[in-house]
Amino acid sequence: MSLAVSRAPSFARFRPNLRWLPRALCLGLLAFVIFGPLANLLLWAFAERWYYPHILPLQYGFEFWGRVFEPRGGALTSLSNSIVIALLAVAGSLALAVPAAYSLARLKLPLRSLILIAFLIPQAFPEMPVYVNIARLFYGIGLNGTILGVVLVHVTHGLVYAIWIATAAFAAVDEELEQAARSIGAGPLRAFFDVTLPLAMPGIIASGIFVFLESLDEFTGSYFVGAPDVTTLPLLLYTAGAGGNYQTASITALLLLVPSILFMLVVERFLRADVLAKVGR
Amino acid sequence: MRERLVGLGLVLPALLTILLLFVYPLTTSVTGAFETEAGAGLGNFAKVWELYATDILYTLAIVSLSTVLIALFSIIIGGYLTLGENPRAVAILRWLYRWPLFIPFIVVGQIMRTFLAKNGLMNNLLVAAGLLTPLQTTSFLDWRGIVIAFVWKQTPFVALLVAGAMAALDRGTIEAARNLGASRLRILVEIVVPQVRGTLLVGMILSFVTMMSVLSVPLMISAQTPTMITADMAFRINAYGDYGVADALGLISLAMTFAVAFAYLRQSVRERSR
Repeated sequence: MSLAVSRAPSFARFRPNLRWLPRALCLGLLAFVIFGPLANLLLWAFAERWYYPHILPLQYGFEFWGRVFEPRGGALTSLSNSIVIALLAVAGSLALAVPAAYSLARLKLPLRSLILIAFLIPQAFPEMPVYVNIARLFYGIGLNGTILGVVLVHVTHGLVYAIWIATAAFAAVDEELEQAARSIGAGPLRAFFDVTLPLAMPGIIASGIFVFLESLDEFTGSYFVGAPDVTTLPLLLYTAGAGGNYQTASITALLLLVPSILFMLVVERFLRADVLAKVGR
Repeated sequence: MRERLVGLGLVLPALLTILLLFVYPLTTSVTGAFETEAGAGLGNFAKVWELYATDILYTLAIVSLSTVLIALFSIIIGGYLTLGENPRAVAILRWLYRWPLFIPFIVVGQIMRTFLAKNGLMNNLLVAAGLLTPLQTTSFLDWRGIVIAFVWKQTPFVALLVAGAMAALDRGTIEAARNLGASRLRILVEIVVPQVRGTLLVGMILSFVTMMSVLSVPLMISAQTPTMITADMAFRINAYGDYGVADALGLISLAMTFAVAFAYLRQSVRERSR
């Protein structure tokens, strides 16, 4: 029953129908809980002067944006570091995940379910002690504080998503199409690159976006392996916030927020229901 | 036979990466917990007990409370999406609840730190609305802030799983109960939730493990004592280079997640054998 429809007849009987009210209040409260903190971030990112007891900022502007993006503001280095690391992490984990996923989805594999579960290990244990010890390991072989070191940590972290989603994407491709290509003379590699791979591409792109976002947002691993030599956006956010510079921290947070929200809005276009139904099978 | 070898060869590089860069450091973290300057022993654990016993309980309490709240809100959201009779309200809820899904923890930490502070936007709005006086406002930047940040970020994920499982249920039993006059709350508690319990538990365990290893939220919201053991581990390493105590704390967080996972496995085995 919509609001307008439910009101009209009850007013006619002089007994207001207020059954929609608790529902509307609950949804309003939820909207406040979700968008209140987000609005707060936006205000901080554009506030130039904001102090107690003023509820809202006194002056808005881009002054802090200018300061953040100055060469010595550090944001440009962090942004380019973050993007380079995320792209390398996507390339690395897809290079590892695509062959593995094809094998898991299509080929006769001994201990298949055990292998699939092995790729879940990074999700099943707290990552914190692992990162501490990776940092120690990398320190010994000179990888600490290098881009490559951070990329390796992000590849390991992203591999779970890459393999599980890509396996589901290959499993959702109709096997008969592949067999048809083989029966009219295509070799196994040709059938893979001309038939299977293009059909599985939306799912593989989705897994790539997942890895990209996970790498962009990753804090703990970068904190132990990268800092202070390699700064990424999350590390910049953390140091700015720790120094009480909420404008810089909020601007950085906003830069990290935009790709995450965009992905939330389009994820269903890449991850279709037929692929989702195959996850973990 | 050849196909098996090719298959293994394709999986091997990825598998080796996980073994070398996750499983191996994991084992050194376990062995490292028992390494002290005086040789192998329990010295690190004695130090942990002396310095961080409160923090361990504090961590367990925060993560458990957050997990329970996440489950509760996920059931409410999933339940309304499945049983709600007002299509417009269902559509609004479906659009609304997912926003925090992909927002990184570090951003959640920053957002909540400014939103929940004593003079933050939340208190300012409550004062402006006349619900509080300026003297009554308190900062939420303690255990409450951490719980709020965790619940805000993780509920959409579990709700998404739970709502998906609820949507896949057989509508027949629900309609039948409805025709017999059962209230929607009763249908949710007695028919829908028992059938999606497996999915709900998986979501709860994944959230528990995730929250156990988040460093940014406790560092940003409340890093003073008492704090969560992830923040303590970072402090031990940054301030003292003390890997032994950090690894001992790590082993305790591992033990907590194992206890939860074991309880789940035992439960599901018992259910299957029934």
